[in-house]
Amino acid sequence: MEPTVSFFSGFTPNDLLFLGEAALRTLWISVLSISIGTVLGVAFGWILFEGKWAAALTIAPVLDIFRSVPLIIQLVLFYNFAPIIGLNFGPFASGVVILTVYTAALVANVARGGIEAVDTPMRRAARSLGMSYWQDLRHVVLPIGGRAVFPAWVGVALGVMKDSALVSVLGYVELLKASQILMTRTQEPFLILSIAGAFYFALSYPISRYAAFLEKRWIQ
Amino acid sequence: MFDYNFHWRPVMKSLPDLLEAALLTLQVAVLAMALGIVIGLALALIRLHMRGPLLWLASSWVELARNTPALFQLFFFGFGLGAFGLHLSPYMIVLVGLTFNCAGYLAENFRGGFQAVPDTQLRASRSLGMTAWQAYTRIVIPQVLRIVYHPITNQMVWAVLMSSLGMLVGFRELSGETQFFASRTFRIFEYFAVTAVIYYVIVKLILLGSRLLATRLFRY
Repeated sequence: MEPTVSFFSGFTPNDLLFLGEAALRTLWISVLSISIGTVLGVAFGWILFEGKWAAALTIAPVLDIFRSVPLIIQLVLFYNFAPIIGLNFGPFASGVVILTVYTAALVANVARGGIEAVDTPMRRAARSLGMSYWQDLRHVVLPIGGRAVFPAWVGVALGVMKDSALVSVLGYVELLKASQILMTRTQEPFLILSIAGAFYFALSYPISRYAAFLEKRWIQ
Repeated sequence: MFDYNFHWRPVMKSLPDLLEAALLTLQVAVLAMALGIVIGLALALIRLHMRGPLLWLASSWVELARNTPALFQLFFFGFGLGAFGLHLSPYMIVLVGLTFNCAGYLAENFRGGFQAVPDTQLRASRSLGMTAWQAYTRIVIPQVLRIVYHPITNQMVWAVLMSSLGMLVGFRELSGETQFFASRTFRIFEYFAVTAVIYYVIVKLILLGSRLLATRLFRY
């Protein structure tokens, strides 16, 4: 007798749509976390640079923790900690919070490196031309230091985009989670993983190449 | 303050098991790094000196490893290869996946290292009658390893952090073991908090060890 219900079915065009939607979710959570995280990270980097020992005793160790504990542990920990302090965060919100802080921790170091890349004589020259502290930061440090660390920032941003795959442990259906769901149903892991991998690659490879190209051009 | 009772006793009771799992984490990370360094050196040399299919293979390895999520790579070795009838044990999935990833990242570092060693070093050693193998293993590669010492340390830290992904492919290293205990007792937060501390300590020990080793290695 033919079974009336089948749990497994082949890969259909509809599934491609499902993967596409999941890819958009990956993109969305990455863009959100990277943009907020970068702003926070630059602020932290500035504090690390200006704060000297006060910052070294306060925020530096905290940021260090986020770099020394696996992201996946951070995600699980925060997802289970939020309800304890009365926050009602879903997988998406928890993912964004942790990815943002993680980005900020990585960007803080990059930003501090950028500020350090501008030598003191240059900044003194700016100040002696009558620029205020903030004008000096905006018109001298930002263009010069920003260029110096832009490739490093791109590396961090792409890293976070790839690491956003880990939010799947919380049950957020981003690209990798979607492919996992499809793999269970269609039993065609190779095809589906190739599609998912191709998406990440198509996003990451051109950007990293472009950053390398810019780096080379700016050195000249 | 919290509407939640923390129970640390079950965690403390399984602490020996967690520490044992931490050793497994270290073991897999060290093995993956050792293999990754050897393969990474080979990939870097191929990319610098060879043409043809080998160059193509090495380039695709490096670009795939660097431009797709590590979790995707683990899934690929875990499930994707199943399509070809190749089924790896969880331990092998993590080891192969980590090695693939580390080799790709290290190859890029090594390439920079090889380019930083002046050409004259190689030519001088060749003119002293060394074979190409001798010149590379005794003159060039030691200098390269010195240049990439800090990137290797960083990659070692990454390898430890990345091994936590083993949790998602059923490998019972530190994270997998934590997951196992946490889902048995429902003390998820407590277990993962202790695991986070263990990871932090491991990372700090690696950095400390690397610094101590550096003072001995680079005295001259």
